[in-house]
Amino acid sequence: MKANCWEGRKKLRIEDVPDPRILNSRDAIIRVTSTAICGSDLHIYNGFIPTMEHGDILGHEFMGEVVETGPDVKNLAVGDRVVVPFTISCGACDLCRAGLFSVCENSNPNAWIAEKLMGHSPAGLFGYSHMLGGFPGGQAEYVRVPFADVGPLRIPPGIPDDQVLFLSDILPTGYMGAEMCGIEPGDVIAVWGCGPVGQFAIASAYLLGAERVIAIDRVPYRLRMARERAGAWETINYEEESVLDRLKELTGGRGPDACIDAVGMEAHGHAAVYAYDRAKQALKLESDRPIALREAILACRSGGVVSVIGVYGGFIDKFPMGTIMNRSLTVRSGQTHVHRYMKPLLERIQRGDIDPSFVITHRMPLGRAPDAFEMFLHKRDGCEKVVLTAN
Amino acid sequence: MTSATTTIEDEGTRRRGRNGNRLARRLGWFSIGLGLAEVTAPRAVGRLIGLDPDEHETRLRLFGVREIASGIGILTSSRSAAWVWSRVGGDAMDLAFLATAGRRRKATRDRIAVAGLAVAGVAALDVIASRRQTAARGSAGTVGSRDTRVHVNTSVTINRQPGEIYEFWRNFENLPRFMEHLRSVEIIDDRRSRWEVNAPAGTRVTWEAEIARDTPGQSIEWRSLPSADVPNSGIVRFTPAPGNRGTEVRVELRYDAPGGTLGTVIAKLFGEEPGQQVASDLRRLKQLLETGEVLLVESPRTASVS
Repeated sequence: MKANCWEGRKKLRIEDVPDPRILNSRDAIIRVTSTAICGSDLHIYNGFIPTMEHGDILGHEFMGEVVETGPDVKNLAVGDRVVVPFTISCGACDLCRAGLFSVCENSNPNAWIAEKLMGHSPAGLFGYSHMLGGFPGGQAEYVRVPFADVGPLRIPPGIPDDQVLFLSDILPTGYMGAEMCGIEPGDVIAVWGCGPVGQFAIASAYLLGAERVIAIDRVPYRLRMARERAGAWETINYEEESVLDRLKELTGGRGPDACIDAVGMEAHGHAAVYAYDRAKQALKLESDRPIALREAILACRSGGVVSVIGVYGGFIDKFPMGTIMNRSLTVRSGQTHVHRYMKPLLERIQRGDIDPSFVITHRMPLGRAPDAFEMFLHKRDGCEKVVLTAN
Repeated sequence: MTSATTTIEDEGTRRRGRNGNRLARRLGWFSIGLGLAEVTAPRAVGRLIGLDPDEHETRLRLFGVREIASGIGILTSSRSAAWVWSRVGGDAMDLAFLATAGRRRKATRDRIAVAGLAVAGVAALDVIASRRQTAARGSAGTVGSRDTRVHVNTSVTINRQPGEIYEFWRNFENLPRFMEHLRSVEIIDDRRSRWEVNAPAGTRVTWEAEIARDTPGQSIEWRSLPSADVPNSGIVRFTPAPGNRGTEVRVELRYDAPGGTLGTVIAKLFGEEPGQQVASDLRRLKQLLETGEVLLVESPRTASVS
């Protein structure tokens, strides 16, 4: 089959690789119909995610048709159309049972590597480095899905791929980002980053009862999408004005009740701060650039919540812990517990509360994935979200 | 979810290890002191040792960063031997640098020579400390030693009742299902069994073991019979986890490493550090009992084309 393979920093190649096969009794093989490029795939593309190996298949947002099931998969049948969550979860361990699917205790065969870096291991992920399991990803014609009796969600006929594909990751991620804010009526929420996850965080904050949402980015077309499609009340272009000053002004000096970091480890910012963090990153003195996160913490009203859904990989520097402590802030974070949100969000899509396809700006065949990464990275041609069609 | 500690003891090197440690700590603090001086006042340091401050300011700062890193590594890391060896590498770098600088700057050659002698003196101390630290950790310094005991302590929490896990474990023929290196366990009688493991570098080790104490539902203790090439003993305990979270499984394992410390070091080079091995085995046991299978992964590069 054809697959989009990582061959080093900023090097991707469509390669012919062996078809995946059933390895465990709870596996299924999915023929991919639609797969997307995630902002977090760019961290891999840019070489910031450790333990990638040449030939690794990328991609963790995908859906398709079941073509084969292991003997212990009773809930899926060949021909079923499913969306697959990007986190791999056994459904049986203590943490899965508590709904914390993204920290499943049994789905990372390379847990020992993650333990060395993070203390304990999170769940295995599709197409996201060997530290997180080394599972071949979804930017391919076929994917092997472990614990297929727990993860994949069956999609009723009549709903196009475009509307449900993002149940695999970014819609639940944006939603969880808003949910972690503990939104009360009247709340003002600020969202850093107007990529697709940021757009869904904005829309979700309104679904959960926020009164006003303020969106922050530097790319004009993304800010426009936030206003016109996600419904942001106000937008701030951080290259044109001071975010902290503007947020104070927009909130009568209080600061937002909650702040969502939908940016993560490769943030951009004002030239000096960016240069400082970029240099430290290059010298391996910090692995992540927490520019948006620092700002979110400083901006948040006292007693508020900072919700972190942007991906961080390792260590950060100049973290304003004093602000968190002295101003009673709560920081909440996590890889998305996708399994928890798929069904309720599918119902919302069916009811028409949200149509996630508004973020799609480009559709390309899988064979053009390397070009698509290049375009997405440089935000060329108004690129917000690329969907690759595999078959 | 799992925890593992491994200690490797070697009678002859324990005393040397303590002395080596004191010297290493002093060198650690020396590193930090020198590093701070180089970082904060590179020009003054440069003048002191006869270098042109304009030409070498940046380089001295970088050397300072290196010194501080070595020092912090020696003082805080559990693998201080590697960090002291990093100082030896740094000394070599300094000497090489001074040698080239001395050739270029005639006027201050004397100062540079003195600095070179000082570095050489420190380098000698570094080598001594490195060898002691390495010996204390039981690597190159004690090659071939026979009296090395490996002691592994590992635990995992499994979402099953103690009795159920005990029963699974007590049927020793189940063990190869989650212990990666165990080829087979053959039951001889009520108390005795024959074990065969894949050892590093393609070799196999077999021995007979007996159950030393069996407390149903709680613990199993075993030891190898005197004929074993690799004398070993262990105990596995099953205790209820608080908050209804199943069972805490604790394994304690002692064995004499084949080939002495060298065997252990070679095993580590092949990624088979004993504590890691047992921790991974327990993780697989957890997968097996909680999910019914040991999760496999196949990368497209290693998969065979079918």
